[in-house]
Amino acid sequence: MAVVEFEHGGLVACPACVVVPAARDLAAVAAAGRLMLSLPAAHCAACISTVEGALAAVPGVASSRVNLTMKRVSVEAAGVSAADLVAALARVGFEAHELDAGLLSATETDRQGRDLLMRLGVAFFAMMNVMLLSVAVWSGAEGATRDMFHWISAAIAVPTVVFCGQPFFRSAAAGLRVGRFGMDFPISLALVLASMISVFETIKSGHHAYFDAAVMLCFFLLLGRYLDHRTRAVARSAAEELAALEVPRAMVLVEGVEVVRAISEVAAGDLVRVRPGGRMPVDGVVEAGASEVDRSLLTGESLPVFVGAGSTVAAGEVNLTGPLTLRVTAAGRDSSLHRMADLVAVAEGAKTKYTTLAERAARYYSPLVHLLSASAFGYWMWATAGDLRFAVNISAAVLIITCPCALGLAVPAVVTSASGRLFRKGLLIKHGTALERLAEVDTVVFDKTGTLTLGAPEVVDLAAHPVGLVAVAAGLAAASSHPLAQGLAAAARAQGIAAAEISDLREVPGYGIEGIWRGEVVRLGRADWCGAEPLAVTATYLRVGDAVRGFGFADHLRPGAEAAIAALKAQGLRIKLISGDVEAAVAELAARLGIADWVAGALPAQKLALVRDLTEAGQRVLMVGDGLNDTAALAVAHVSISPATALDAARVASDIVLLGQDMAAIGDAVRIARQATRRMVENFAISAGYNVIAVPLALIGSATPLAAALAMSLSSISVSLNAMRLK
Amino acid sequence: MQILSVLIPVSLALGGAGLIGFLWALSSRQFEDPSGDANRILMKDWDERPKR
Repeated sequence: MAVVEFEHGGLVACPACVVVPAARDLAAVAAAGRLMLSLPAAHCAACISTVEGALAAVPGVASSRVNLTMKRVSVEAAGVSAADLVAALARVGFEAHELDAGLLSATETDRQGRDLLMRLGVAFFAMMNVMLLSVAVWSGAEGATRDMFHWISAAIAVPTVVFCGQPFFRSAAAGLRVGRFGMDFPISLALVLASMISVFETIKSGHHAYFDAAVMLCFFLLLGRYLDHRTRAVARSAAEELAALEVPRAMVLVEGVEVVRAISEVAAGDLVRVRPGGRMPVDGVVEAGASEVDRSLLTGESLPVFVGAGSTVAAGEVNLTGPLTLRVTAAGRDSSLHRMADLVAVAEGAKTKYTTLAERAARYYSPLVHLLSASAFGYWMWATAGDLRFAVNISAAVLIITCPCALGLAVPAVVTSASGRLFRKGLLIKHGTALERLAEVDTVVFDKTGTLTLGAPEVVDLAAHPVGLVAVAAGLAAASSHPLAQGLAAAARAQGIAAAEISDLREVPGYGIEGIWRGEVVRLGRADWCGAEPLAVTATYLRVGDAVRGFGFADHLRPGAEAAIAALKAQGLRIKLISGDVEAAVAELAARLGIADWVAGALPAQKLALVRDLTEAGQRVLMVGDGLNDTAALAVAHVSISPATALDAARVASDIVLLGQDMAAIGDAVRIARQATRRMVENFAISAGYNVIAVPLALIGSATPLAAALAMSLSSISVSLNAMRLK
Repeated sequence: MQILSVLIPVSLALGGAGLIGFLWALSSRQFEDPSGDANRILMKDWDERPKR
């Protein structure tokens, strides 16, 4: 003990930890716990340094590690909250979101991915060795030497096929049990038949063995499957992250004391406190307090609504000015938010009915392969008067050559390439068939609030007001956290107008701000409170003495919105704007963006009906929206996109999520999707072309194992190269 | 042809060594963050807390 203390220069609580330094580290980690943050903007080596450096500077952080592939960072820290870390990252310019580590069930997908990768590695090893041995046979080894090479190949290839072919065998068996011949049945049949006939030929010291073809088939198909798995795993983990983004908690009043609880533990009848700036966690009735709420996510209205005691509020609305105490009427699964999500789940079912290009190809392809192989077998049995060995050889060669090697690789290679490109542009493809559906789109329907606009209002008519009054308004506005007030204060600052000195400032929650300026009461707030006639647009009102004036506001455009609309128009798509907001606001925005076709004041059901009508008129609609009022429309559209800031329900309903703020990526997305579909069709044509040349050779019995190996590797390589041409 | 009895085991052993190396890399989780690792080699700062 004494030695230990001496060495470390101080008293230690845990001697065992000092003896084993690693144990101390582990103990510290266990006590500290692990936080996960999502980092949508990280993309380079400098980002890693900046993020890890910034996190290391936060006191209490033991270590942090960025995973650039998953775009997240895991932090080991003691006594630090996720909010502190998010703030620290925001200071160095990185957007970060807390993730609920418990929700991230990435381990299962990880395990599957590693399993596939291991089989792929084994198949690669076997393929290389068998190929080397086969070269000797192709270049003319004879007699005992050829037999020896065949035996060594068999010793490598047969265990490899048994081990690496398992994913195909399992899925073929599952297909057979429900009476369906998928792509995996001909694959399994080719693998088994090729191995068996080759072993048989080796025993009989025959000329041809297809060991190389069997392992190569295994390798290329596993490669396709692995690519497919990886694309899906990235999408799934990112989708899980989005679900984990909103860690739902509510502040419940228990005997007058505020207690933070998970939403699942809140019951109807509880009292819940919602601070200004917070989102309503539950449906409820206001018990005490007055405020304004922002319903834009639910209804699309950009104008805040007044609530006081007795008003009903719904989960998802944002409380703006004053603290509210709610009596819970429905929480969690029963809340209106959740009921909407359930509606969406029903609509989702329709989407899975979409048949992909690969499925359509397989439907024609699979019977054709079996038919060809069986008829070759039948013909040669008849022509050679019952030479079973020869006939089986031919039918195995046909199966190997027609086997959908390129077909199994053609689609995954293109999808991997395209979704990787879109991911780098900030678009996350959540649904497997979304890319193909996006390519078919001919009409784009946009929502306004929160989608084309950011929901942060800007003053539009500042120049129309006398500078002195603007200064008064700015002085009042500076004291409030209301979005309109903040917009006004920022605009005045930007114009170089100094805020007037105002004394006795007082915020009246739900109404506005009041103060004394040069001995006069001045007010900034709602029209009725200031005694003004409400304007047609979103506005806040200033009352000085008896004079009242209104400051008009317009929403701040989302960056890239103009570029996205221009790009979509250039590609010949019809653009439509459907909003739940008032007519004047929608008309103004439509004019700014050059959208001729717009609808204002649409209720959620009307949005749904409009999208459905378009669909019934034969149009393929891309819906872009973020609010709860868009959710049903998002689900019913041919394909849908929502920004990451959208409500849970909307994100769940949409096929593609826009991770960053910039919207310009949507224009690219349509272009890339169209290109990707074209590449898929080209890839099918390429592999069909190889078959057209090689199958007749196989049918007349002149296909050697060398020809099979050449056809297979050439077609696989050319489809992969074609997939990578995607720009 | 005697040389084959040496060359074939040698080539198989080399391939096998490659396979074992790959399986080791897989089990020590070196494929968890390929793009991060690709970028990390470009960083100038000393990685004081490498991944364990």
